[in-house]
Amino acid sequence: MSIIVIIGAGPAGIRAAETISRAGLVPILIDEAPRAGGQGYRTPASGISIDTHKLMGSQYKKYQQLHHDFLSIVSSIDYRPETLVWAIENNTLFTLSHNTIATIQFDCLIVASGATDRVYPMPGWTLPGVFTLGGMQLSLKDQGCAIGKKIVLFGSSPLLPLVALQYKNLGVEIPAICDTTGLAGKISALPSMVFSPGTFLRGVSYLASLTLSRTPLFFGVKPLSIEGDHRVRGIRFLTGSGQEKWIECDGVGLGYGLKPETQIADLAGAVFEPDEDLGLWLPRMDQDGRAGNNLYLAGDGAAIGGADAAEASGKLAALAALSSLGIYCDTKKQTRLQNKVKRLRAFQRGLAHAFAPPQQFAETLPDETVICRCEAIHAGTIRKALILSHTPPEMNRVKAITRCGMGRCQGRMCAPALQAIIMHHTNQSLSQTGRLRGQAPIKPIPLSAAGETAP
Amino acid sequence: MDKQALLHRVVPRQGSIVQFTFDGETLEGYSGETILTAILCERAVLRQLEFSTEMRAGFCLMAACQDCWVWTRDGLRLRACSTPLSHGLDLLSTPPIMSEA
Repeated sequence: MSIIVIIGAGPAGIRAAETISRAGLVPILIDEAPRAGGQGYRTPASGISIDTHKLMGSQYKKYQQLHHDFLSIVSSIDYRPETLVWAIENNTLFTLSHNTIATIQFDCLIVASGATDRVYPMPGWTLPGVFTLGGMQLSLKDQGCAIGKKIVLFGSSPLLPLVALQYKNLGVEIPAICDTTGLAGKISALPSMVFSPGTFLRGVSYLASLTLSRTPLFFGVKPLSIEGDHRVRGIRFLTGSGQEKWIECDGVGLGYGLKPETQIADLAGAVFEPDEDLGLWLPRMDQDGRAGNNLYLAGDGAAIGGADAAEASGKLAALAALSSLGIYCDTKKQTRLQNKVKRLRAFQRGLAHAFAPPQQFAETLPDETVICRCEAIHAGTIRKALILSHTPPEMNRVKAITRCGMGRCQGRMCAPALQAIIMHHTNQSLSQTGRLRGQAPIKPIPLSAAGETAP
Repeated sequence: MDKQALLHRVVPRQGSIVQFTFDGETLEGYSGETILTAILCERAVLRQLEFSTEMRAGFCLMAACQDCWVWTRDGLRLRACSTPLSHGLDLLSTPPIMSEA
């Protein structure tokens, strides 16, 4: 019997596992986290009494349904939580679980690796008290903790007002929400929003609630600095009209949308293409999510589409896999899912336009600003390297010379900024500057585990 | 080191109290919490960057940025945001070999 492995137990991975299980197979579902649900549909840790219904709002039903359906299939699949996939060679996965390394052979691989926040540095962004917007949400959802008592949300993301409301509802002060994009850009993106009017209206209702609760909203701001001595004391920025503003706070949530976690797809052999529009290199795939021979990508790890698209693309990838293995075929359902995924991802593309990340800040970022958090590499070091004639302006070369992106996170946090600096400095396009290649191990693994290979 | 908490518990806990030490001081958290939560509900800093005097306290909280490492006294490195707190953990903000130096 064919061995189908799914990596990632978020909405895409769960739906893929469910679809394969229903066809009579036993898929292996691997997840790094201890509990299924991914990041967006993360459940609270045991003993943390958070009102998830209130927190999730109108998304609660889908969240509850996904977890309910997962519980109903978990005994009939091979579910392996707390397991990291850190390398792939041919048809073998290398995993790490509880300090033990093991291998898994597969005939077909579905990667549903999810996304992380897309972040851009500003002076002071490494200070304790600054977290990603996604991290700020997880602190609440999973751990029932606020990242401060007085928090400024900064960036360009439809999540800004949502996260602000979630925190306000638990009594946290939000002295400002700062959006680096202007209202005009949002209005010009309106046509694409008709693809998902529900999501659009939800966004409008968050903004309306914030306006009613008198939360100061700033649009078209430019970041100056986050300041403090070993922890956040406040944030400085320019308002849309160019006025300098200082707001005291003890926490900052920073985020400029999401970007797919593509390291596993990379190791599995996916081909990447520059998407100049989104400013990201994305894996090439067909409308089913097929990215290679017996390789499928689903969810936000393939292309940002949100939770609904993740569920649909997980089912779709599973159906396509089953069909090409000659196990099960439902062309009608497949077509329906293809249309749904296409529509939802088009909506997200519209959102990405409305909340375009501030590539232009690469120009004004002070030389002393840390770009690579892991290796403490500053903007000035990268710029200096680019001036040297023997540094070709290609991402991996600049990484090799400066160490930017060479640290433990493998450029997950700094790659967008490194790319923007190189593109701006050399006046080149995304395709000309290239992309950081994924390397095994995709996350640090202890050397001690190497001696403990499982039988 | 800054002893004012960075994180704040905003919902009730059902879990039992868990004792652990951080840089030699006894702290308390709750079962169900991660190491990161338990430390940052008591302190403002998780670790000092290896290359400077810069302090760090995590960033992404989803096991991607690798900026929340702490060490056990016997040298094991733990990613604080994704490691559950357990009783008797003896944790350090710098690798043991560096703390002795």
